[in-house]
Amino acid sequence: MERAELLEQATVAKQAQKRIRIHCCTSTGCQASQSLDVKKQLDNAIKTHNLGDTVEAVGVGCMGFCGQGPMVEIEDADSPAEKKHYQKVTPEQAESIIGSLNGSGEADAIEGDPNHPFFSRQLLIVREHSGRIDPERIDEYLAVGGYQALHHAIYEMSPADVVQEITQSGLRGRGGAGYPTGLKWATVAKMPPGQKYIICNADEGDPGAFMDRSVLESDPHRILEGMAIAGYAVGATQGYIYVRAEYPLAITRLQKAIQQAKRKHCLGAQIFDSPVDFTIEIRVGAGAFVCGEETALIASVEGGRGNPRPRPPYPAVSGLHGCPTLINNVETLGNISPIIRNGAEWFAGIGTERSKGTKIFSLTGKIRNNGLIEVPMGITLREIVEEMGGGVPGANNVKAIQTGGPSGGCIPDRELDTPVDYDSLRELGSMMGSGGMVVMDDDTSMVQVAQFYMEFCRGETCGKCIPCRAGTVQMYQLLTKLLDEKATKRDLDRLKELCGMVQATSLCGLGQTAPNPVLSTLHYFEQEYLDLLQPDPITVAAANRG
Amino acid sequence: MTATRTSPPAKSTEKAKTQDGKPDKRFKVLDITMKRNQYRQDALIEILHKAQEAFGFLEEDVLSYIAHKLQLPLSQVYGVATFYHLFSLKPSGAHTCVVCLGTACYVKGGGDILKAVEEDVGIAAGETTEDGQVSIVTARCIGACGIAPAVVYDGKVAGQQTPEQTCDRIHGWKQADS
Repeated sequence: MERAELLEQATVAKQAQKRIRIHCCTSTGCQASQSLDVKKQLDNAIKTHNLGDTVEAVGVGCMGFCGQGPMVEIEDADSPAEKKHYQKVTPEQAESIIGSLNGSGEADAIEGDPNHPFFSRQLLIVREHSGRIDPERIDEYLAVGGYQALHHAIYEMSPADVVQEITQSGLRGRGGAGYPTGLKWATVAKMPPGQKYIICNADEGDPGAFMDRSVLESDPHRILEGMAIAGYAVGATQGYIYVRAEYPLAITRLQKAIQQAKRKHCLGAQIFDSPVDFTIEIRVGAGAFVCGEETALIASVEGGRGNPRPRPPYPAVSGLHGCPTLINNVETLGNISPIIRNGAEWFAGIGTERSKGTKIFSLTGKIRNNGLIEVPMGITLREIVEEMGGGVPGANNVKAIQTGGPSGGCIPDRELDTPVDYDSLRELGSMMGSGGMVVMDDDTSMVQVAQFYMEFCRGETCGKCIPCRAGTVQMYQLLTKLLDEKATKRDLDRLKELCGMVQATSLCGLGQTAPNPVLSTLHYFEQEYLDLLQPDPITVAAANRG
Repeated sequence: MTATRTSPPAKSTEKAKTQDGKPDKRFKVLDITMKRNQYRQDALIEILHKAQEAFGFLEEDVLSYIAHKLQLPLSQVYGVATFYHLFSLKPSGAHTCVVCLGTACYVKGGGDILKAVEEDVGIAAGETTEDGQVSIVTARCIGACGIAPAVVYDGKVAGQQTPEQTCDRIHGWKQADS
């Protein structure tokens, strides 16, 4: 297929769209607030007002402001800058929203402010099409220039060029550890030719994180395109997407997207009539947090128990079925096509010196504006929480921000002016993680938070190595003892000792990072632990004797 | 750890029969899934998902049947089925209430919802009422953090729930079925 043909398809798809598009969010969060009924009523109202020639209601992906859903946005092709959006729309309000378009009355719905910092401070790269296109129709993706980066890579670049481009962009793994993506690609590309695999890690097990789900539900083709480009770059012909079973909507949309892409020759054998083959299959997880760890994930894709194995050999050398395997997170793959499209220099110009590009965070917990934000690296936590998030509702103050899920830690309010990137968060004893950001206020007990995460790790450990299997249980029991106000200073010392041991001796990342929530709360909120301590009976007895 | 076998596995040549001697349709669904996956051993998890969808839970007969068809040791099939949280080896109730306990839901009171429901229904999370009507399950995180605290009623997600709302929904199920 010539480039001209692809561009023509994009033009045709673009022309098929109506002048006024009414975007109605149909992601999991908004569907739970009856957004499908809203969409139905919008369709009905367009019919009754006879506006079918100029107006269409489009079911789109996530617009990010999940706490205020269902969201409805009106986009007029003649004045694209003037976007209106409504929040918490009910099916009954749909009629008046359509009515307001042809001047018959005002829309009877809560109108949001498109210039609110929550929107204006964002910089959209991975989520550029989220909430603007219908994820279930490939034409919508083609209309915004979809699959052109893949075409460009296959026909204009050599595999080595693609790897070089990704390396120069400075992109780092968005799964949380921040390993340079280009370096990983180069390792797999250097392996001798033969069967290689690409795996997209969509096992977003961190509680409090939902950015991967949102990207998969809102723009599934972007991930397929990123995987296909990766496949071309490293010489792999088979890809797997490992999705959590808890995300049924994402799975359905991915399946649809794969079928449509095959029909358009964007995937499958001989992509765009070139000699390049790349097929993608979906593998559904079954609810095990440890399967986000790459070696455990491979075991699970092979149909076995998700037990990690020691590294090296790294998956890049010997992974799925013993072949070189490239494993990237959803968000990492979502960055690939824009980098190929706009060049490495453009991407390297965003963010901080050592962390390039943007990061999606899911801002949740005790905060006014819940939802997803994509911000350039280097923005401060205060800007995120106070300006974009609107601070804590009610009279309370921010006490801490938990980042990085069970592997991360709590950052106290006094560190809010820290710029967010991989290295700064690690210095604070937390980590970027997948991007969950849970805001906690004065009412939250930090020891309870530590116990909550330890309970999580205790339940999710795979049991293969002793430090993690037994250590998490012991730490959980010590934390419970503290909260029951039965612990003494010796228990606290033992807890600290255990933390260090589990960190140093566990087999995989789950165990190595499990003590982080305890260590970081101990570091910043030690007084809360000390307040729970009881006098040690032995010391008391000795004092009485003395 | 292996399963103690109570009945011989169904032979691949004969279709599993129900008590009245007719072929069981659910096994047919299972056969189709296995065929579609070319009886590949690495598709075990997909097949277990389908089996649980068809049977509601993973009966021992079903596990032996799958092991036999995929030519895997039963211990391995059992090991995989017990490793993952989503597979259940016990029958679940007619209605399922999943309380999300992800961080965002927990901070906003998901734990209180669970406590209230457990007290109200009189069973602990992970159990099913004696009449087989209601199962209470907890989830690590269903990714609906924007509308925390979230509860899933029979597969439908509902956001910003309170303990009262959740208990009312469960009462509604009980009344509708009685």
